[in-house]
Amino acid sequence: MGLEMIEAAGLTKRYGAKTAVHDLTFEVRPGHVTGFLGPNGSGKSTTMRMIVGLDRPTSGTVTVGGRPFRQTPNAPRKVGALLDAQAVHGGRSARNHLLSLAQLSGIPASRVEEVLDVVGLRDVAGKRSKGFSLGMGQRLGIAAALLGDPQVLLFDEPVNGLDPEGIYWVRTLMKRLAAEGRTVLVSSHLMSEMAVTADHLLVIGRGRLLADMSVREFISRNSADFARVRVADDAAGRTGELAAAVAEAGGRALKEPDGALRVTGIDLPRISDLAHKADIRLWELSPHHASLEEAYMRLTQDVVDYRSTDDELAGFTPPEDEAHPLDTAPGPPEVPEVPAQGWYAPPPPGQAPPQTRSRP
Amino acid sequence: MASAAAVLQSEWTKIRTVSSTTWTLISVFLATVVIGGVISAVSNSTFGDLSDVSQTTFDPTLTSFSGMVLGQLAMVVFGVLVVGSEYSSGMIRTSLAAVPRRATFLFSKIGVAGLLALVVGLITGFVAFFIGQALLGDHSTTIGEPGVLRAVIGSGLYMCLIALFSMGITVMLRSSMLSLGILMPFFFLVSNILAAVPKAKDVAHYFPDQAGQKLLQVVPDAANGGGGSYGPWGGFGIMCAWVVAALIGGYLVLRNRDA
Ligand SMILES: Nc1ncnc2c1ncn2[C@@H]1O[C@H](COP(=O)(O)OP(=O)(O)OP(=O)(O)O)[C@@H](O)[C@H]1O
Ligand SMILES: [Mg+2]
Repeated sequence: MGLEMIEAAGLTKRYGAKTAVHDLTFEVRPGHVTGFLGPNGSGKSTTMRMIVGLDRPTSGTVTVGGRPFRQTPNAPRKVGALLDAQAVHGGRSARNHLLSLAQLSGIPASRVEEVLDVVGLRDVAGKRSKGFSLGMGQRLGIAAALLGDPQVLLFDEPVNGLDPEGIYWVRTLMKRLAAEGRTVLVSSHLMSEMAVTADHLLVIGRGRLLADMSVREFISRNSADFARVRVADDAAGRTGELAAAVAEAGGRALKEPDGALRVTGIDLPRISDLAHKADIRLWELSPHHASLEEAYMRLTQDVVDYRSTDDELAGFTPPEDEAHPLDTAPGPPEVPEVPAQGWYAPPPPGQAPPQTRSRP
Repeated sequence: MASAAAVLQSEWTKIRTVSSTTWTLISVFLATVVIGGVISAVSNSTFGDLSDVSQTTFDPTLTSFSGMVLGQLAMVVFGVLVVGSEYSSGMIRTSLAAVPRRATFLFSKIGVAGLLALVVGLITGFVAFFIGQALLGDHSTTIGEPGVLRAVIGSGLYMCLIALFSMGITVMLRSSMLSLGILMPFFFLVSNILAAVPKAKDVAHYFPDQAGQKLLQVVPDAANGGGGSYGPWGGFGIMCAWVVAALIGGYLVLRNRDA
């Protein structure tokens, strides 16, 4: 069992003054798909590069099957990794690329044809990989990772650029590999995909471990279920009144972009009672169970480094002849979009509320 | 298993399946043979114009290797590309993830490329010699004369060492452009210019190419030959020392830096 685990202890990586990975301690166990999540620049790729010995940890250790990867005998038969699908010599054909890797690992050349079939690249195997599309390159990278039939597999954003059929294929592939008792670590930004692929999650933010638990536990810990409440259109002006009533009753109401309310802290019948007492008709009162995406967003909203702001398009004047004729009369001002931070349900009790902070 | 033999086989696949490496080696051959032939023919027809000293120290073997001034540059490009393309394409990360042992990876790679450079260098040397001698007419020498066979084999060794030195430098610099930008002007200009300047000459004689070229010389005081106070094998030894230093430097960089 313990033989094919990935174990990190106090793993830290600094690039100059920048700490990319800070004191990570975790285990990745065989038989599960472990999802590796975190915002852009949080250190996922850096961690994976350290696992396969490409980057040296500043301090701490990471081992695969009990040994640092650089000292692993027969490494390509033990660990297969897709780290950077672009990392191939574009002048070489897919087949020759895989052949050179197979020879490195002492794998028979016939295995190259097998993995080409598995990833569906046989028809273009003789073509230079320079001309490959994003998804074809990704498939080639996956083929390289599968080449040695390894016990431990690392995939850094494997579905990046894949078509829906390819995404589905990767999902079943990961699950099958894990079911065969292999250790599978996959990073991804596609939460809906992770929710159906991963069994276990490692979440990091700014290089620090935020969560290491099963998907189910992660969702229940990081989300409060809530109710969506929408008042009847003819009473839309009274939404604020209902929000106040909810607050008075000890709940919390947040306005959603479409004008509905997101209520936490009190249950559905109570909301109905409050609305009835205030004589406000409701058009919607629905229970909502948080998704992995929402749980993830709530956990990581404080550690997101790169957040987009609205494109102000200063200096651009709208093209006049294309202006919509109906737009000429100034209508009522639009309700501003609720910023992303306020959009997700508040953190569970005992956790500091998200800070709104301005970033440089 | 990632044995040296496996890496050797893989590196051979890598080299043979990229056309740029093939072309640089063809250029090595063509540049050396064609230019050597032309200069041999010209030397033959203008031999009478040479001064007496030049006539007595005329080195027909070295003359037939005149094309190596350019041929060695193609060899530099070969050495740089074999290593540098791993870095520019990112392939190095894929390779090192497959062969985590740096020494096995590096020395197998350099071994294959060095062997190939040696074979191409030897073929080039022999062909350049025989074509050059044929065109030198009355002023030619034969492979049986003392020191001539050593010089011809030496030309192959020299080419191989130039390639190895370039590979070592490229592993250290981790970039094809940077390595070419330093090695090309160095071998084409700096080294040759310094070797002709009175004071700098004493130092320049210990540069890898100046030292190694001693091996190609049959007549010790040949006009276009190098100076220095060492013999052909002494020069070879100096050049080998440079190559070993470059390869050790490259290995240390590969071992200690992030890929
Ligand atoms: N070679 C390097 N030199 C300097 N800084 C680096 C280097 N590699 C990574 N970093 C920094 O380390 C941090 C973590 O980067 P990393 O690529 O691991 O993030 P990530 O979690 O993979 O992000 P993404 O989701 O965008 O792929 C980033 O701030 C990045 O700028
Ligand atoms: Mg990344």
